[in-house]
Amino acid sequence: MLGKLSWSAIPFDQPIPLAAGALVLIVILAVLAWILVKGYMPYLWREWITSVDHKRIGVMYCLLGLVMLIRGFIDAIMMRSQQALAFRAPGYLPPDHFDQIFSAHGTLMIFFVAMPFVIGLMNFAMPLQLGARDVAFPTLNSVSFWLTATGALLINISLVVGEFSRTGWLAYPPLSELTYSPDVGVDYYLWSVQISGIGTLLTGVNLVTTVLKIHAPGMTYMRMPIFCWTTLASNLLIVAAFPVLTATYAMLLLDRYLGFHFFTNTAGGNMMMFMNLIWMWGHPEVYILILPAFGIYSEVVSTFSRKPLFGYRSMVMATMAICIISFMVWLHHFFTMGAGANVNAIFGIASMIIAVPTGVKIFNWLFTMYGGRVVFAVPMMWAIAFMITFTIGGMTGVLLAVPPADFLVHNSLFLVAHFHNVIIGGVLFGVFAGYTYWFPKAFGFRLHEGWGRAAFWFWVIGFYVAWMPGYVLGLEGMTRRLQHYDVAAWHPWLVIAAFGTVIILLGIISQIVQLFVSIKLREELRDVTGDPWNGRSLEWSTASPPPPFNFGVLPNVEGEEPYWGVKQRAIERGELRPEPEYSEIELPRNSPTGFICAFFATFAGFALIWHIWWLVILSCIGAFITFVIFAWRDRSEYIIPVEEVARLDRANRTARAAWLAANVQAAE
Amino acid sequence: MSHADQPERLHETDISPGDDRPDRSEIAHGLIGYAVGLALAVLLSIVSFFVAGTNLVWQPSIPIALFVLAVAQIGVHLVFFVHITTGPDNTNNVMALAFGVLIVFLVIAGSLWIMSQLNANMALPMNQLMQMQP
Repeated sequence: MLGKLSWSAIPFDQPIPLAAGALVLIVILAVLAWILVKGYMPYLWREWITSVDHKRIGVMYCLLGLVMLIRGFIDAIMMRSQQALAFRAPGYLPPDHFDQIFSAHGTLMIFFVAMPFVIGLMNFAMPLQLGARDVAFPTLNSVSFWLTATGALLINISLVVGEFSRTGWLAYPPLSELTYSPDVGVDYYLWSVQISGIGTLLTGVNLVTTVLKIHAPGMTYMRMPIFCWTTLASNLLIVAAFPVLTATYAMLLLDRYLGFHFFTNTAGGNMMMFMNLIWMWGHPEVYILILPAFGIYSEVVSTFSRKPLFGYRSMVMATMAICIISFMVWLHHFFTMGAGANVNAIFGIASMIIAVPTGVKIFNWLFTMYGGRVVFAVPMMWAIAFMITFTIGGMTGVLLAVPPADFLVHNSLFLVAHFHNVIIGGVLFGVFAGYTYWFPKAFGFRLHEGWGRAAFWFWVIGFYVAWMPGYVLGLEGMTRRLQHYDVAAWHPWLVIAAFGTVIILLGIISQIVQLFVSIKLREELRDVTGDPWNGRSLEWSTASPPPPFNFGVLPNVEGEEPYWGVKQRAIERGELRPEPEYSEIELPRNSPTGFICAFFATFAGFALIWHIWWLVILSCIGAFITFVIFAWRDRSEYIIPVEEVARLDRANRTARAAWLAANVQAAE
Repeated sequence: MSHADQPERLHETDISPGDDRPDRSEIAHGLIGYAVGLALAVLLSIVSFFVAGTNLVWQPSIPIALFVLAVAQIGVHLVFFVHITTGPDNTNNVMALAFGVLIVFLVIAGSLWIMSQLNANMALPMNQLMQMQP
């Protein structure tokens, strides 16, 4: 009846996961109870859960990323403390549990922290920057988000019911095959990644279409903000790379469920093919993450230097060059596998070449700052910290791209330090910059500056203290994923690294406090003008938070940096443009399709993991019926009457007029 | 979402499939296009089956002939069914096709090259394998 599921799946003998799981469960129940008691449920259902508004979905993506960041960071602090303690000692985490923790940490941080955060910011900001009313397929967007949430939920269920994978964040066979991992851990991993991977692929299709097809009149390609270009490149990579991931894991699933032999040691399987295929997704994946972050830095650096971005066209070229070249370097993840000197040389050179467009970008940001009046607001501080940190990470990356050097440090902590250097210093700093930068646009009030600075310094210093020792340890020969060790020279560095993690913890606490303090002081931090940073692109021309239709009338774009141009003309003339003629606006209706599909996907995933076949069939039928009902809907749009459009847009114009009056006075 | 609320379209060519409403003559024109495509596709398929079994041509050229016919078949499908043209409204589709072809080429050619080099370098003769045993 319940397949492999029985009471023995719940780890009553292991206090750590059980206590952690119980705590999470209590928190979730408490939040649910609070929502129900306060009567927020209808509001949440109407305004968020069933929302197909790209801004709401973007915010939910970011929230998922933040919550999972905390979960992934708990794993990090457990690993660092275990390694600090486990010098000639067993530490407090048994090997079995330690292996699950590093696997969960990597999986969560890439698939359920970095990806949702980056996709959330793209979802939120890109349509606003293009002057669009929504993404191309709004309901599909909701489906994407809820499928991602399903993946995250399944991983967290594995904490209490059953166990998680012990095979690292990419589940290398033959270890991940049924012979060596007979339990459900790898299945939890595979189904979480498969289900959320479908969501990500749908997002890719959606956002590529949006950038190419949906924009305000006059918003030609070469007038798009760089963030839209990097969104396009990143989503092209998603569309091209995620099917490879899905197909590879589908093959591994066939091995595990139906006795196939794609990657087994026996019967003609070839696990080397798995490394080849998985990195064909894996390398574009790191650019899927970093390119939107590059876009955020471009927006932030230009805004806070009070200058147009230096070398806009070279930035576009560099972005698209990275988009193509990122598909030609995957072998550098397995130089040591034995493909030989010719193959290694070609891929080594390609890996060094990809550093060139990235270098172009760094110089463009530096030259944007040069001669500008740099405002050291929190997003700009993140951007500057990124430039320094990412350059270090990029240099160690170029070092690793040299095959003979890679042979010496392959799978050592040097490599681990390198990718934490570029992912924390590149992606995470970028999403924090974007989070601070667009927060007032999303909610109508700024984040608290002081707590933001505290978070910044704790994070940056904590990162260096935690990860610079990694380079030393790698050169001293420490391999990754060690549960215990007996080399005396490593111990002090691992203690320093653990201390660095504590500093990062202070940074995360500062961010949580910042959020609460900002909500509490929201009246003081209110963004009344809708343009708190003196911005340059279209998202700053609408109110904060924007109305559901984004723009009262679609802006007519007449050049690069459209909103900056509008502002300058208004200041010259001393008045706003005459009031436009409003008309009613059609918007897509809310739909619970995404949520219900994900509800069934959660059951399908769980049932597949535990081999509960009747539930798999029921869930698939349920998801299909949901889709059919959606496909046969009669009304897909609702109309916002012209009075409502005019009222909301006039309020925005009044705020702008007040700002303009104050500014013209100040100029005189 | 609808763009009916845009009175002036600066990008007249920027119409997504399904947005444009064809009139009756256009539908007839389209049907002729599909019929021609179908005829060509069937013809190419028949020729392929014929070539595969024939003794009329020099035998080693058959695989090459099949390859050429297959590429022509792809071309027919792209032009008549997928509607890839050289028109200005088709730039995105052509670019997407080029990108897709490039990625598929990299995935397949790259894998074949890497795996063949790997097999050549890692497969030891049996006597050496025996010597490696402790």
